[in-house]
Amino acid sequence: MPPSIPVSTTASAAAPAAAPGRPGRTPTPAGIALRRLVRHPSVVVGGTLFAIVILAAVLAPWISPYAPIRANQRAPLEPPGAAHLMGTDRFGRDVFSRVLWGGRLSLTVGVVSVGVATACGVTLGLVAGYAGHGTEAVIMRTIELLQAFPGILLALAVIATLGSSLPNLMIAVGISAIPEYVRITRGAVLDVKQREFVLAARVVGCRDRAILLRHILPNVTAPLVVIATLGIAGAIITGSALSFLGLGIRPPTPEWGNMLAEGREFLARAWWVAFFPGLAIMAAVLAVNLLGDGLRDVLDPRFRG
Amino acid sequence: MLRYIGERALHTVPVLVGISIITFLMLHLVPGDPVLLFAGDKPMTEEQAAAIRHQLGLDRPLLVQYEDYAGHLLRGDLGRALRSQRPVRDSILEVLPATVQLTLAALALATALGLALGIAAALAHRTWLDTAAMGVAILGVSMPVFYSSLLLLLFFSFTLGWLPATGEGGLDHLILPATALALVSSAVLARLVRSGMLGVLRQDYIVTARAKGLSRALVVRRHALRNALIPVITMLGLQLGALLGGAVVTETIFSRPGLGRLAVDAILNRDFPLVQGTVLVAAVVYVLVNLLVDIAYAAVDPRIHYG
Repeated sequence: MPPSIPVSTTASAAAPAAAPGRPGRTPTPAGIALRRLVRHPSVVVGGTLFAIVILAAVLAPWISPYAPIRANQRAPLEPPGAAHLMGTDRFGRDVFSRVLWGGRLSLTVGVVSVGVATACGVTLGLVAGYAGHGTEAVIMRTIELLQAFPGILLALAVIATLGSSLPNLMIAVGISAIPEYVRITRGAVLDVKQREFVLAARVVGCRDRAILLRHILPNVTAPLVVIATLGIAGAIITGSALSFLGLGIRPPTPEWGNMLAEGREFLARAWWVAFFPGLAIMAAVLAVNLLGDGLRDVLDPRFRG
Repeated sequence: MLRYIGERALHTVPVLVGISIITFLMLHLVPGDPVLLFAGDKPMTEEQAAAIRHQLGLDRPLLVQYEDYAGHLLRGDLGRALRSQRPVRDSILEVLPATVQLTLAALALATALGLALGIAAALAHRTWLDTAAMGVAILGVSMPVFYSSLLLLLFFSFTLGWLPATGEGGLDHLILPATALALVSSAVLARLVRSGMLGVLRQDYIVTARAKGLSRALVVRRHALRNALIPVITMLGLQLGALLGGAVVTETIFSRPGLGRLAVDAILNRDFPLVQGTVLVAAVVYVLVNLLVDIAYAAVDPRIHYG
């Protein structure tokens, strides 16, 4: 479940101290962080909003009033009303149902591609930061090269090369996000690597792998959780932008980006066809951004602003 | 300073070479036979395919092919588009000014908006104005370019009829796309300016300046703003990248000619030389702009010493 990704990292660590508020126990740092999290207004608002968006997408088959791709020639471009909450599109399809269904793909693309980017980026970042020397130089130069392609252009180049399909869309969005994770992870590793406990671990004979995974990785998770959460917002936008351009998920499969593209043609006559899918994207992105901002406030005091 | 500029410029050479390697490899990473990209989907015999492969030089070793490609690039030759058979360079040069115009207009607008919003919020820290400004900013950060474009179109073109919806031309054709493109960046900048200002305003030298009797406005202008703007300059380079990328979407929505739209159309038409050319030019422009930003950064911040 996407919303549990950021929360569970802290929650699992906090599990032994299950009740931070219980008297007679010293709260653990993780417990304190968790308590701050559930009290942070933007975490609460963002988390709730994101949960609603996710639930709506997951429950789409049961709660959507109409089939998302069934056309109804008698009711094209009907304005929002009692029968169709968000109106109908040019084929008479119910926009509300399509928004619910569209979320399934848009959100999946967002979450999976961040997963891809995090997995690749963190591994490369850990290796670069820990190994240093030639390995680091090769990885970082490659990353710099990827960053030379501005914004959505890298994803565009990947799609141009691999062709457009759902898996390729996720790969494209994922690849274009990798540099950020590599840089953050490497920076954090360089910072942690110098500390005494890493030296101590080496002195007692820990292998590199154990040092990396057991001692360094846990210490860089806080910034990563923040970046990954905010990254979902960016991935949702990039994914739906590619679909909007016709390079991602193709109609008639409902996806927020391609719905917006279809609605664009009727903007002057039927604003609702494009307005609501866009609103859905914005709600999802806003939710993730609020959640990420809150997480950053609580987990990563260095970034506090 | 000159030495720094020279060194920094030298650093971009390997990046430019890397970019050319990536755009070169794109062709060879396409699943299936690259010959099909040039010959289209029409059926052909193995002999015909081999003939085309030979004619295009695709049967030579990869290194030789790259040498050839790089040689042409150095002479400014980006190949010919498959559809129009025009030189890719001409197609790009034709639309590049429109993209530059759009991106720069958006950058100027984003900077102005972002600075105003961020400074206002920082000076009004912990008041309703701060909360409101940051509320607007997070909405702005969460707004995809294609949605802001559509909303602006809906409101200013279709509802009020103030501005033309699509096409190119005078200033009135630039306002909506530039605004749509600028919104996200201005929100990012506003948040950055605000936190930068808040950090600086807490410094002792600000208190000192105020204590010796300087007016608040003067302290903000002379002492706080200058230091708060340093991270903003770095951000401008990054934002320009985001704007160049965003132009892809904006140009498509507003049916403006431009590099982004050329790239998208090329991908949709599977016109590979044109795809390679547009991607290459966008990346090179971005790298060169960042070079300029870095130099500007060194010029502005006296604390940075190079070399």
